[in-house]
Amino acid sequence: MIPLIVALPLFGCMLSYLIAKINGRDTEISGIVATCAVFGSFLLTVLLTSGLGESGPIRSELLPWLSYNEIRIPLAYHFDKFSAVMTLLVTGAGTLIHLYSISYMHGEETGRFFSYLNLFVFSMLNLVLGENLAVVFIGWEGVGLCSYLLIGYWYSNRAYASAGMKAFVVNRIGDMGMLLAMFIMLKEFGTLDLSALSDLPATSAVYLIGLFLFVGATGKSAQFPLFVWLPDAMAGPTPVSALIHAATMVTAGVYLMVRASGILELMPDLRFIILLVGVITSFYAALVACAQNDIKKVLAYSTVSQLGFMFTAIGLGHYWVAIFHVLTHAFFKAGLFLSAGAVIHSCHHNQDMREMGGLRKYMPVTFACYGVYLLAIGGVFPFSGYFSKHLILDGFSSSGLPANFSGAVLVLKYTLTVTAFLTAFYVARSFFMTFFNEYRGHVHPHEVSPVMYIPLVFFAVLATIGGYLEYVLPAAFGEVLEHKTIAEIVISGLKGSILAYAGIGLAYALYGRRVNSLDSTKGTNSSALGVLVRIAQDKFYIDEIYSVLIVEPLRTLAFVTWRVGDVLGIDWIVNSLGYSVQATGEVVRRAQCGDTRFYAFMIALFMLLVPWFLL
Amino acid sequence: MEFLKEVSLLSIVVWAPALFALLLFLIPYNKDEQSQIDSSLRYIALGGSVLVFGLSMLIAYQLLGSESTGLVNQLAEKYSWFSSSWIEVNYQLAIDGVSLVLICLTTFLFPIIVLGSVSINRGLRGYLISMLVLETCIIGSLLAVDMFLFYFFWEAMLIPMYFIIGIWGGTNRRYATVKFVLYTVFGSVFMGLAILLLSLLVYRQTGVFKFDLVSFQSISSISSSLSTMLLLFFMFGLGVKVPIWPLHTWLPDAHTEAPTGGSIILAGILLKLGLYGVFRFVLPILPGTNEYLVLFMALGVIGIIYGALVAMVQLDIKRLVAYSSVSHLGYCVLGIFSNTVEGISGSILQMINHGISTSALFVLVGVLYDRIHSRQISDYGGLAKVAPVYALLFVFFTMSSIALPLTNGFVGEFMILRGAFVANSSLAAVAVLGVVLGAVYMLSLCKGILFGEVNPKITEIKDINLREAVMLAPLVIMVFVLGLHPNLVLSVIDAAVRSIIFT
Repeated sequence: MIPLIVALPLFGCMLSYLIAKINGRDTEISGIVATCAVFGSFLLTVLLTSGLGESGPIRSELLPWLSYNEIRIPLAYHFDKFSAVMTLLVTGAGTLIHLYSISYMHGEETGRFFSYLNLFVFSMLNLVLGENLAVVFIGWEGVGLCSYLLIGYWYSNRAYASAGMKAFVVNRIGDMGMLLAMFIMLKEFGTLDLSALSDLPATSAVYLIGLFLFVGATGKSAQFPLFVWLPDAMAGPTPVSALIHAATMVTAGVYLMVRASGILELMPDLRFIILLVGVITSFYAALVACAQNDIKKVLAYSTVSQLGFMFTAIGLGHYWVAIFHVLTHAFFKAGLFLSAGAVIHSCHHNQDMREMGGLRKYMPVTFACYGVYLLAIGGVFPFSGYFSKHLILDGFSSSGLPANFSGAVLVLKYTLTVTAFLTAFYVARSFFMTFFNEYRGHVHPHEVSPVMYIPLVFFAVLATIGGYLEYVLPAAFGEVLEHKTIAEIVISGLKGSILAYAGIGLAYALYGRRVNSLDSTKGTNSSALGVLVRIAQDKFYIDEIYSVLIVEPLRTLAFVTWRVGDVLGIDWIVNSLGYSVQATGEVVRRAQCGDTRFYAFMIALFMLLVPWFLL
Repeated sequence: MEFLKEVSLLSIVVWAPALFALLLFLIPYNKDEQSQIDSSLRYIALGGSVLVFGLSMLIAYQLLGSESTGLVNQLAEKYSWFSSSWIEVNYQLAIDGVSLVLICLTTFLFPIIVLGSVSINRGLRGYLISMLVLETCIIGSLLAVDMFLFYFFWEAMLIPMYFIIGIWGGTNRRYATVKFVLYTVFGSVFMGLAILLLSLLVYRQTGVFKFDLVSFQSISSISSSLSTMLLLFFMFGLGVKVPIWPLHTWLPDAHTEAPTGGSIILAGILLKLGLYGVFRFVLPILPGTNEYLVLFMALGVIGIIYGALVAMVQLDIKRLVAYSSVSHLGYCVLGIFSNTVEGISGSILQMINHGISTSALFVLVGVLYDRIHSRQISDYGGLAKVAPVYALLFVFFTMSSIALPLTNGFVGEFMILRGAFVANSSLAAVAVLGVVLGAVYMLSLCKGILFGEVNPKITEIKDINLREAVMLAPLVIMVFVLGLHPNLVLSVIDAAVRSIIFT
């Protein structure tokens, strides 16, 4: 059954493309076929998961693939509880977002769109179901390809095409890390099986494996320093941002690190690096998110920041908590993106929040859902985000990291606490700017069709009750949670939500009744705060820094290699060799001029010279 | 009798293309019915090349069916060419798994080239004859185990190639042709010297000048300095063809100026013959050169990075693809000198893969050139809008070229890097950088020609037509077949590869 789960979206991919090709025009049928394919996978996964309890993990081998000589790397899938969780997420969220896209992408090239989207689901399923790292890598690169194609979906805009390329190339830097990890593992242990990752010895080679896997994870999951592609990835259609750049693909790195938890347990240093990267990314992205005016950019940086939370959990050694946050984040962030999509759709592709406002009157359903997501991501009890975020922050007290890190860990804890506050603030800011006050735009906004808001409501329900997973998920990872009474949970919940209240309150104070002058067009506010906001708006110039440090030097190097290495260097030698032969011929040819006096002169010359040489 | 059947088969597959070339030559001229004659010429050439492909399949069938000897160098044919008491030169052909897969690649690509000859608008007869003669030379050098015969075919290849680039090439074809021929001849002189020296060693041992592989292998002792010199001479000759950095500068010119068919032959097959020579002769005859393995692996890695860097700043599509070949062949060099089963097998697999994906890219570039007559990236843009199927195929082969898993490129690179990691981890780790650089130059190319606003020069361009689809379809299929089931090739070449590993 596993191959069928994986294959259904692949069939969907081909069918939806062919349908549009054969029809000669794009119709809804492509979207419906694609949605059904993913939904079919979802149903099969549910069936398979319900039978998982008694039989243990299921495996299924399709082809010997890379099995050669002494190495066995088959194209094989493996279904255990962890894969089940991820597969349900991918196909479940995938179905809702496909459904939403049918309406959102109406009038676009839907054949192409849905075949890419289904191809993405296919790749993602390879990633989470692969039995060994090579099969995971099929998915790993496959989702990179789909991301590239979908970010550049509106390829006529060269900037969008560039954004797609940037995503692919930055991801490839991470992929290089993953390849290195694979080759080291093959060399040292002769296998790539995920199950083997959990019981490797504590050697330096294993340390490198862990480190390079983490490099791979930073690429795909947009962590420092490889996060720069994700904000640009917002060039893609909004459902793509919801599915790929919020709910599923970007969590692939988290998935991989959790699979490699066996290595991380051996290497506290490595865990500390992960923790550090997670917190830095999270804090940085939250700061930038506070100053963005493009609604999708806010959500993009928010995603980077939330991924940082997940990596923090991994660094602290609480692997199931990371996955818990993957799930709750998928619910509220996919929802946020879809709501943003609805808003953008109804404002005719305007994404600037300064030109929105007052939309709660026009789009009540979207408004209500966005409010629920806000409470969830902000961490208000009893919404889902509260539970996962609370566990991450609590985790600092039981990280199991060596004592010499404890000072640094404490600093990181406070940083992340501030980040949690900022999270509530910037999402609330976007909420108030979009839905409150008077409408400032020019076109007439309207509520979206039910096909679009039904997925919103689904995600809102999940974002509300998703916290319940805290009591289900640990079992899938073989962990036991201490029992708490309802009263204890409620009391600590109300106390734990203070940060969220503060963030939302501050946002209301600043944006609830007006658009803050800090966000007006650049350069008008020269106060210290204004300057800070401007720097954050410009993402602390990270793209410019990379351009100066990496992109331009590489381009120059390439140019110099070509002009100096090839043209002036090697070719100069080659051509001079050629010409010198020609020139020698030319000189010698002149000697054969047929002029007797010249010959006589030469003979005389040599007769004089030869005795001189001999003497 | 069974033996005789096989005897003739190898010779038949070598000479059949030449016979078809002769047939084309004999078809009478008639100025008035030029177009009719042209199309019949094309059909004959197509039929011939398909027939030769069939023959190579038959050989594969017979070879894989016979379980007797494994695949190690079944010495299948041997006739005396000229011999006396002091010299013995044989027409000697033999086949093993490695020559088999490379022959299959050759005969697989030729029908595609003939189909592509539609865009040749003058001297079609000469073009097709050159192509078929070239096919004979290529297959001959892949089967020859007497180095005299090998050298004969190797050098003979230059003649048709000279015409193909020199007559049907682009505007700068003269420079490209002369450079290509002189480069190659210059290298070959050294290889010829090395062959003569080896046969002199055989003479000192046995009193007869012999040139066959077995005699060369049985030379009892070569002093280490002589062996180094021989190796360098061989590598000079073979390395030009590969091309191994820094002997590569003929390739961008030749690739760029050659007509589409010529580029396919060059990239798809001719480049591989250099490494085939390494595999067939250098590694078996001059083993125990461990320290030089590292040198050539390093040159391979330099080629990977250097080729990729230069490809990044090219403005001419064909030149970009040509430099990408330098980079890809760097991987093959890295693998073949790794002295590991995976490395060498991966290298040969990657030769096949490169033959498929780069040929496809040249076909695709040819499609553009036929319509717009420009190779400049800046003359295109927005093709995805006006020619969506073309764009889809271009992205597809780009992915094959940059080794996306499930395509053929991935399995080849994976095997090579796996082998290289066992042989020399640090060099292999540097080679992995090529993965990123490859994505940079190929995706910039995609961005440049496929995406962005539609360039006003190409608004009227036609999408892929049926003939071009027929040319590309087999390549698409092979990308997946090898990407999913590389053992199709690996199992065939396995025994031959194992036989040349030394410890």
